[in-house]
Amino acid sequence: MSIPANLKYAEDHEWVRVEGDNAVIGITDFAQNQLGDIVFVELPEPGTEVAPGKAVGSIESVKAVNELFCPLSGTVTEVNTELENSPQSLNSDPYEAGWIFKIRLGKPAELDGLMDADAYGDFTANG
Amino acid sequence: MTDSPIPLKRTPLYDLHVELGGRMVPYAGYEMPVQYPAGILKEHLQTRAAASLFDVSHMGQTWLDGADAIAVMEELTAADLKALAPGEQRYTQLLNAQGGIFDDLIITRPADGGDRLYMVVNAARKAEDYALIREHAAGRAELRPLEDHALLAIQGPQAVAAVAALFGDAVRTQSFMTQHGGVWNGVACLVSRSGYTGEDGFEISVPAAAAADLARALLAAPGCGPAGLGARDSLRLEAGLCLYGQDIDAGTTPVEAGLVWSIGKRRRQEGGFPGADVIMAQLRDGPARRRVGLLPEGRVPARSGAAILDSDGTEIGMVTSGGFGPSLEAPVAMGYVPAALAAPGSAVQLAVRDKRIPAKVVKMPLVPQNYYRG
Repeated sequence: MSIPANLKYAEDHEWVRVEGDNAVIGITDFAQNQLGDIVFVELPEPGTEVAPGKAVGSIESVKAVNELFCPLSGTVTEVNTELENSPQSLNSDPYEAGWIFKIRLGKPAELDGLMDADAYGDFTANG
Repeated sequence: MTDSPIPLKRTPLYDLHVELGGRMVPYAGYEMPVQYPAGILKEHLQTRAAASLFDVSHMGQTWLDGADAIAVMEELTAADLKALAPGEQRYTQLLNAQGGIFDDLIITRPADGGDRLYMVVNAARKAEDYALIREHAAGRAELRPLEDHALLAIQGPQAVAAVAALFGDAVRTQSFMTQHGGVWNGVACLVSRSGYTGEDGFEISVPAAAAADLARALLAAPGCGPAGLGARDSLRLEAGLCLYGQDIDAGTTPVEAGLVWSIGKRRRQEGGFPGADVIMAQLRDGPARRRVGLLPEGRVPARSGAAILDSDGTEIGMVTSGGFGPSLEAPVAMGYVPAALAAPGSAVQLAVRDKRIPAKVVKMPLVPQNYYRG
């Protein structure tokens, strides 16, 4: 299971890549493996206010639909429209081509509540 | 993982599934593989392009012994069983007094012409089916479930080569919906040309002790890979085949479900099956609703339970099965609509979460059938 060291991780199996005042968000290799083949991604709209615990979209696999959550507060600035035609990127390349959306961070202090790669490794090993 | 107090049952292939990397899930009281590492999409596409091996040992296999077995089963179904030649099989349904479906099943007259029938019923209805048949057959025929046999389904264009390599070339010309005894490695099996995918294929009943070896031998055939319940469901959905408990149940008649082809012509005239008055009236006047195929626009699947709306937004029916069709690369579904909207091309809407997705009624199967026709 791939867990890049330079990212932060949430318990809902999203990854976060911090870029200054912004964050890029996707789902982890662990998550895509659990979900199975992804057939559709419902992306949030740019401009949407997001907050922890609030569903921002959905990820649909062959068997079921799963809500997509944002682990941080902020505003959606950009979404990966490539996923509309290639939802399977979430499976094949979850950390690069499979990025889902970007936000401007509303409460940067929330980043301290996320796990680093080692902690997420433990979390998924025991979860 | 399950918190069920009753431990899940395992088929004779459980260890093989785990060895092959199967993701095991609870299904009808069994631990079954929903997929293997290849994933549902690949397993589905592999089936239509080459061959897949499915473990369907969870289903109920049973004999019904006695010269009256056919008479007994004609009292519970609307199939013409008297006309079965040795080795012939029929798909049919156990009916209730309202003409609804208690379960669907395949009934086979053994190739050796003996006084018994071989039947396969759904795993989730096994106990209920056996109780119903036992009660009805009491004193006239004896139900004898095969407790120690696995059932393997190998499906796809390369299935026949795989089966011929093990059971001999005679299977190449075996007719669709027939069953013959076959011997592999000294092991006596029942080999039927049948399946649940819309493709050519075979279902093989094999003693449990030899099941894993037979499975490995089939998997060694060119192009053959394992496939789980996830692909089994997407394949049958594209093929327009019903899943009991979703597309057919105690409240649906075979006429509503589009299964009139399984009602014997003689039976239509003579009756003598449960719910005959309801069914014959529907055959005469047409049913009020029909099971149809549905193609949503776009990429969002509409799943079981989604409401079907007319163009005004009035709820008119329900999706009974739905998901993503890998061969169509699009969402597919089936459900019931009023007869007036059942014609292919009819425009409806499907309620998915907070959206209304336009969809059209289509004929089933949604992919070409590839049954062996000789």
